[in-house]
Amino acid sequence: MLDDLSSQFLPSTVGGLAAGAIYALIALGYTMVYGVLRLINFAHSEIFMIGAFASLFVLITMGISAPLTGIALVGMLLLMMIVSMAAAGGAAVVLEQVAYKPLRKKGASRLAALISAIGASLFLQELFALIVIPEVFDTPGRNTVPVPRIADRDVLFSIGNANIRTDHVIVIVAALAMMIVLDQVVNRSRMGRGIRATAQDPEAAVLMGVNIDNVVRLTFLLGGAMAGVAGMLYAFEYENLIFNVGFILGVKAFTAAVLGGIGNIRGALVGGFALGLIENWGAIFLGSEWKDVTAFVVLVIVLMFRPTGILGESLQRARA
Amino acid sequence: MKGNDVTNNDNGTATGNGNGNGVKRSSNPLSGSMDRMRDWWAGAPQWQRWGVYVALIVGALILPAPWIGAFMSPDNDWTTVLFFPIGVYMLMAIGLNVVVGMAGLLDLGFVAFYAIGAYSLAYFGTEYGWNFWATLVIGVAITAVSGVILGAPTLRLRGDYLAIVTLGFGEIVRITANNTDEIGGARGITNVPHPPDMFGQKFLFDPAPYYYLMVATIVLAIIFSRRLEISRVGRSWAAIREDEDAAELMGVPTFKFKLLAFAVGAIIGGLAGTVWAGQANFVAPNSFPFILSATILVAVVLGGSGNLPGVMVGAFLIAWLPERFREVQDYRILFFGAVLVLLMALRPEGLLPSRRRRAELAEGTGGMGSMGAEVAGPTSDPDMEVSK
Repeated sequence: MLDDLSSQFLPSTVGGLAAGAIYALIALGYTMVYGVLRLINFAHSEIFMIGAFASLFVLITMGISAPLTGIALVGMLLLMMIVSMAAAGGAAVVLEQVAYKPLRKKGASRLAALISAIGASLFLQELFALIVIPEVFDTPGRNTVPVPRIADRDVLFSIGNANIRTDHVIVIVAALAMMIVLDQVVNRSRMGRGIRATAQDPEAAVLMGVNIDNVVRLTFLLGGAMAGVAGMLYAFEYENLIFNVGFILGVKAFTAAVLGGIGNIRGALVGGFALGLIENWGAIFLGSEWKDVTAFVVLVIVLMFRPTGILGESLQRARA
Repeated sequence: MKGNDVTNNDNGTATGNGNGNGVKRSSNPLSGSMDRMRDWWAGAPQWQRWGVYVALIVGALILPAPWIGAFMSPDNDWTTVLFFPIGVYMLMAIGLNVVVGMAGLLDLGFVAFYAIGAYSLAYFGTEYGWNFWATLVIGVAITAVSGVILGAPTLRLRGDYLAIVTLGFGEIVRITANNTDEIGGARGITNVPHPPDMFGQKFLFDPAPYYYLMVATIVLAIIFSRRLEISRVGRSWAAIREDEDAAELMGVPTFKFKLLAFAVGAIIGGLAGTVWAGQANFVAPNSFPFILSATILVAVVLGGSGNLPGVMVGAFLIAWLPERFREVQDYRILFFGAVLVLLMALRPEGLLPSRRRRAELAEGTGGMGSMGAEVAGPTSDPDMEVSK
């Protein structure tokens, strides 16, 4: 057991950070929507899935079959990222229009909104399984779709017995960069101020002239775009996609958001990395088949003992 | 504005004989005829009510007749379809209705209790050779305890957190069953014992005895949950559903009653699992996916959560339509998803809602409070803004 620990600790830390970066990016969408609407956007996992498949679509249309290097690789990654962000962000805005806006206008209960979200999530999954994957990717809808490798997995350097590969660096750097950009948008820009104002007090924000509909749309757009980046990085790192890829990842990312403090953008970052590390370290002792259980148990424990998460809630006022 | 309609109607729901004082009549033709039926039912004397009960039970007993099956299920054996999925879904919907409809707690992992019920029969029946009835009692006890174990740490959470945690619980149960070799791992358990002979009926491959067993179980579950609904417990659940803080202030021990709702729901879900496993002969983790929890939730919400006849009609439709119209079977879940979104936008109270539930939803609460950035639009009630 201790041998396992010493030989596997550093490699699983690297794996945990890469997974955590993706969790953190998805968690941003949950946390922002929760901050503004007090709603768990259950269909956010499908927005992530759409982003992942958009990247694969780019690779297939461009006819990539061999790994790229240098400028071509960077260009391709940027292209995938832009397309994924556009597809996922657009899908998130449409989702809001179709599944949430009518309920918001009626002042419906959050229970109704959550059920609507579950419905939208099932609908999107099945849409991919029945139509999009067979038609566009020419694979039976419920099978895994392989993603061609676009970058060689060279070992860049080693820390102890952990080999840091190119793909790890790309995933972690890209995720961190996107999170810094988002943090700046929310904290510095005029639109970001609208988001924070609405999260704090929607009625006062309306009285001060904030257009709530625009704020909600922007929140979904930003959250969706982050999920799109996460989807692209997931496709790049794990090289396998399936129609329900979002389900487990979504629950884990939600756990990460709660772990860091839901409604708190920096909390999503902390929570994502923390969850990635916890489940990878847990897998050393328990075996990787228990990884998913670890995430759920962490969620229950956090909610029991510190429901405001590690960093607490900051996008909104503390809940009464 | 909270509760002027709703509280007046309190005894209406509690005893079933109120005539809906102060509740606006719906202009919808379906609800209108439902209202008339309810008024008749409220005024009907005892013998007429018993007449209806007897007619319903007789109807359930002759339902497997081949001439009905020829229309209802031309492709599959009708009696088998009546047992699973129709009967099982109905029983599960009655159980989930206690949690979601009566107490207003959104449970996304209901399949866990169904799985625990099925696995108790499979495990105790194959490992120790226990009889079906003995295991049924043990299984129900185990599911009740598992309901409490899930509820105790999580029921202090607010509604939407609770939903995600219960979803996690459902997955934990499935993954644990998958990873534990003592209960068969991913291969599951085979040769689960059938129930012993009863009234000269052998429980083997003929689906008919299982169907009658299912009818008996459903009738029991209906009586059980209906008696609870019109008792002090049911009134406490309604109070918690409408406004948990107010209920607590009025002296309702909310935590205790929420736990009880979980336990009761778990018992009925576990019962469904045990009876199903007795017929299926085989349990494996794959029989208990998240989508089954979601399907039962669709049944409850579609039928009208909180209203027993409503949820049973919902469960029947959800189970029967894909069986009857095989060509749409693949599109079943796609369709369920769209139904959920549309229902929430157009008719959140479901097809056959209880009057009280409709009033609550018209008021814009009905469970968990409203969304954060909710801005009163042109369609919303003008006094919404005053009360905020």
